[in-house]
Amino acid sequence: MPNMQVKKTAMPTQSAEVRARNFDEVTLGYTETDAINEATRCLHCKNRPCVSGCPVAIDIPDFIAEVAVGNFDGAYDVISKASSLPAVCGRVCPQETQCEAKCVRGIKGEPVGIGRLERFVADRHNEKKHEIKKPVPNGHSVAVVGSGPSGLTCAGELARMGYAVTVFEALHTAGGVLVYGIPEFRLPKSIVSLEIENLRALGVKIETNMVIGRVLTVDDLLADGFECVFIGTGAGLPKFMNIPGESCNGVFSANEFLTRVNLMGAYRDGADTPVMHAKHVAVVGGGNVAMDAARCALRLGADDVTIVYRRGEEELPARREEVEHAKEEGVAFRLLTNPVEIIGDEKRAVRAIRCVKMELGEPDASGRRRPVEVKGSEFELPVDCVIMALGTSPNPLIKSTTDGLDTERWGGIVADENGATSRPAVYAGGDAVTGAATVILAMGAGKSAARAIDEYIRNK
Amino acid sequence: MYKIVRKRTLNPTVVEMCVDAPRVARRAEPGQFVILRTDAFGERIPLTVADYDREAGTVTIIFQLVGATTMKLGAMEVGDEIHDFVGPLGRPTETAGLSRVAVVGGGVGCAIAYPVAKKLHGLGVTVHSVVGFRTRDLVILEDEFRSVSDVYKLMSDDGSVGEHGLVTDALRALIESGERYDEVIAIGPLPMMKFVSLLTKEYGIKTVVSMNPIMIDGTGMCGCCRLTVDGKMKFACVDGPDFDGHEVDFDEAMARAAMYRPFEAEARDHMCNLLKTGGAE
Repeated sequence: MPNMQVKKTAMPTQSAEVRARNFDEVTLGYTETDAINEATRCLHCKNRPCVSGCPVAIDIPDFIAEVAVGNFDGAYDVISKASSLPAVCGRVCPQETQCEAKCVRGIKGEPVGIGRLERFVADRHNEKKHEIKKPVPNGHSVAVVGSGPSGLTCAGELARMGYAVTVFEALHTAGGVLVYGIPEFRLPKSIVSLEIENLRALGVKIETNMVIGRVLTVDDLLADGFECVFIGTGAGLPKFMNIPGESCNGVFSANEFLTRVNLMGAYRDGADTPVMHAKHVAVVGGGNVAMDAARCALRLGADDVTIVYRRGEEELPARREEVEHAKEEGVAFRLLTNPVEIIGDEKRAVRAIRCVKMELGEPDASGRRRPVEVKGSEFELPVDCVIMALGTSPNPLIKSTTDGLDTERWGGIVADENGATSRPAVYAGGDAVTGAATVILAMGAGKSAARAIDEYIRNK
Repeated sequence: MYKIVRKRTLNPTVVEMCVDAPRVARRAEPGQFVILRTDAFGERIPLTVADYDREAGTVTIIFQLVGATTMKLGAMEVGDEIHDFVGPLGRPTETAGLSRVAVVGGGVGCAIAYPVAKKLHGLGVTVHSVVGFRTRDLVILEDEFRSVSDVYKLMSDDGSVGEHGLVTDALRALIESGERYDEVIAIGPLPMMKFVSLLTKEYGIKTVVSMNPIMIDGTGMCGCCRLTVDGKMKFACVDGPDFDGHEVDFDEAMARAAMYRPFEAEARDHMCNLLKTGGAE
């Protein structure tokens, strides 16, 4: 008989007042008792709707069944058949629109906390040291460009098949968006470095400081003896609004702000890299990146942080949990509000942001109701810092230095469902193909590209 | 890790270092830059490539000891290793189709202007170099410039060396005396590049400036190095660092360059103290 508890087993969490001033992880993770209790809420539906909601089709009821009987290693084995980064995905997947959205328990109450259970299983696994056996080399080599979720996954899959894999990372630390973008309090960097250490143990070579397209090109890699190249360079190019005042001091792209804080560790005392400790902050946008930036600003000591978003609460693209956490920590939300100008002082430092109120009109191409300006509703919000979190697009560097690589008009690399591009031996996946999306989709793309690369090399 | 293979002091505050970085040397061209971190906790700073030797696999950088990181770097010696050294980044300086060029360098900007002059000279272009320094002690690369220039004009703010005056005075005199240039390439402090650009605009001479704003990643990811050029937003790291001097909004660039000045001053003082007392921790 399943546990008919209506709500999810509560997640132990740092209290909002405390965590709003530190960079430690917000949620502390289930205990064994919590996990078993939550696992017993699963109804084990015959048609397994949750699995259809998972972009990589993890056998969710199967791993939950193992958790319910306390076989956490068994649960890990089930998950790792489909996912390479469960400790990451358990924390950052938008479960409420994926697996948990389909959970039957969600109809009358809260769905099973699938993400929380996934995280528990992965963390349990990572607590112990596991010996990683180096696979038998198959004599073939592949280059992976980018060490974010898609690149890491592709590299891991190929290495397990016996390929000699070299990962080329542009920055000085591997991990891509997992290290420069997602803050410590949401995804501890130790989790990412463990994944990277595991790859190294598999024999994967990781070369940092390698901006492919500048230091070497994709064609150089192929000429240097790599039989295939996988491009997982993500979507790192920031967008701005093209409104007056965006060049004022105190206006940052979320990428810049988060890179300073996360990758460069500017939040730590004595860090060499500066970051503005603003007092009154506006963050423009409503996605996870906007929430991350807002919550970092708060932790750096801001008196007030306001999310400015042109659509409504329902349309906020961020994970529900991040929105809730941000609110609990004291982030203010100005929804249906759009900036029209950033106002600087005589030294060109931000003094205020002028906004206009919006109302929702007819649905647009994305199916969401299009926000329309309310005439005469302009107002000024006094701030000394504006962070633009408007989404990102793929970096054009690879495209502009690789002949014959087809891209979409908006910059995404054209690739089929296996990651094959217009160039033979060149595969791509993740945000570089789809535009900014989720870690799990990128991971899935890295995985299917690895299979396709294997097939390509075998049939050569 | 990238080993320092040679080091020389060009003037009391400017240091030249030759770094073992074969992959950077393989593709580097004048006008491009590297980003480096001295150590695992360091900040990323951009420095323009001053020279390169593809065969030896080395890249030369020249920098002024202005902030905490350049002071830390300046305190490193031959045999020490720079933690990160990535490049070449940015677009190379365009040299195609030029036959007469005035290269204008100001202060430590001469370190970047010199490889451009050298490349142009090697291509058979007539090069007039106009370089300016505050005072005699700060003059760098004089012999190097002379060896690649058809005309070499040395200016100083205080008249202690060369002619007394600004680079714009010398450039104007050259133009007024009938010299004709396809292009002026100006590299130096922002106010210098601004005034060179204003001058050449009067004469309708195309002018290229090399912008060196605050950067982090250097790959187009953060937008920190954004500039307004011809009314449009450009990223110096990927769209530049060279831009049409007549189109750059220098006043905005100067305001943006001042963004972290208080932090930088504090970090520099801290570093001065550390270096004086014999090093960190």
